[in-house]
Amino acid sequence: MEFMAGLAQYNFLKNALIAVLIISPIFGILGTMIVNNRMAFFSDALGHGAFTGIVIGSLLGLMEPLWAAVAFSIVFSILITAIKNRSKASTDTVIGVFSSTTIALGVVLAPLGRVNVRNLMFGDLLSITLSDIIILMAVLVAVLVIWTVMFNKMLLVSINQSLAGSRGINTLLVDMVFTSAIAVIVTVSIQWVGLLIINSLLVLPAAASRNIASNIRQYHLISILLALVSGITGLVLSFYWDCATGATVVLVCALFYFITLGLRRRFT
Amino acid sequence: MNRHECECQNGCCGLCCTKIENFGVTLGRNQILKDVNLHIHCGELTALIGPNGAGKSTLLKAILGEVSHTGELKFMDAKGSRNGKPIVGYVPQSLNMDLSSPASVFDLFIASGSVMPAWLFATKGMRKRVVESLERVNASHLIDRRLGALSGGELQRVLLALSLDPMPQLLLLDEPVSGIDQNGMELFYNTVSELRENLDLTIILVSHDLDLVLKYADRVILLNKTVLCNGAPKEVFRDEKLVRTFGMSWYKSLEQGGED
Repeated sequence: MEFMAGLAQYNFLKNALIAVLIISPIFGILGTMIVNNRMAFFSDALGHGAFTGIVIGSLLGLMEPLWAAVAFSIVFSILITAIKNRSKASTDTVIGVFSSTTIALGVVLAPLGRVNVRNLMFGDLLSITLSDIIILMAVLVAVLVIWTVMFNKMLLVSINQSLAGSRGINTLLVDMVFTSAIAVIVTVSIQWVGLLIINSLLVLPAAASRNIASNIRQYHLISILLALVSGITGLVLSFYWDCATGATVVLVCALFYFITLGLRRRFT
Repeated sequence: MNRHECECQNGCCGLCCTKIENFGVTLGRNQILKDVNLHIHCGELTALIGPNGAGKSTLLKAILGEVSHTGELKFMDAKGSRNGKPIVGYVPQSLNMDLSSPASVFDLFIASGSVMPAWLFATKGMRKRVVESLERVNASHLIDRRLGALSGGELQRVLLALSLDPMPQLLLLDEPVSGIDQNGMELFYNTVSELRENLDLTIILVSHDLDLVLKYADRVILLNKTVLCNGAPKEVFRDEKLVRTFGMSWYKSLEQGGED
């Protein structure tokens, strides 16, 4: 009840709740394909790219470093995807090389751009403003559009590339659209969620859902539902415990993962 | 069904056929395939055999356009007009499939044949169509099964049904090396064989099971970087190049089998 009173009293809390209601479904949806494609490490690297993007954005002295960051992250993700498809080196290695190079670059440049590294590392969900929420809404709509138009293709590519190719699907293009979408959402939300835990939010709900879902629709429904429930629960708990919101959300998510892992045998 | 109006009965099938002309594939510095010339008639089951690394799967990928290649793929339909590229159906080796995904058989069909995204509701018409597709290979009961819960043979039949929707002109099958028991294999070959007769399909099958090839194939191609042998199964199986490739023991077992 105290939380309800807080909602009425503090605008930042209300904004944070709205943000959670928008971000969670986005993460729940994107996560399904990240887990399907075994891209957990990849999305982690994109987080690093986003971090460096923000640093470069502020270094260039732009009014809105966010847009420079988004542009940088998209380029970064397309670059990794292209090299991943070309090179014979294992995907893991390629991603590892890129990820560590960018994060190092970001850390070195951060003081010059006067970026608060700590904020980007841990994020601050309570700092979210109304204009941020509008951006998040736009991202949600974009993700839903992409998911409606391209999901079937992405699913087929994830199951078998040659099969998808034989059906006239441009697998490289599908890959790039998908990774760019992740890059954008990671970049946009990193300042509130934090570099260190953003990947958990992308991966955990879908991973939990995968344990018990027996078709694609269930997979999405459960993933979105778990993301929402853990988002709200995490926000409320962090309010009472006075701890970092993002990390609390991740802990609740992780709890769901282990519960579904236990239930797994009954469902599959 | 979508029968190609092909008069293959008289043995000459200049009317409906697939031609592979001068196919060559080079990956990096390795020449995987060179000078592959094939002329395949409708209604024929052509088995592609060869040792590991002979380029069998690469040839399929080149036909699919997934691997860049030199040379040309031509298809001529019943009316004798050049159709350019044929509609190709493809059954991948199930070993290369990601089966841990929580996708059901129905999802797989929606993903490849519908504009409605698989995470939304599917129409009744779509479901009916998928059931019909699966009935072709006696697998309609598998529609709601998770892909990962299928046996190797069941998965193979589901993929076969998928490759027939829409009806292809050329069907490429990449047979799994393992994971399917002998019964499942026989069932699969039977189904493929029936389809070839009923639908008058051109089928290229990468095979590892020489016994089944001998039993079901109309034509056998021995491939090792290029076409070494091409002809009726009995002919090719007596060719000394095949013996050199697969060893004497196989040849002897064929002799014994032939005496029965």
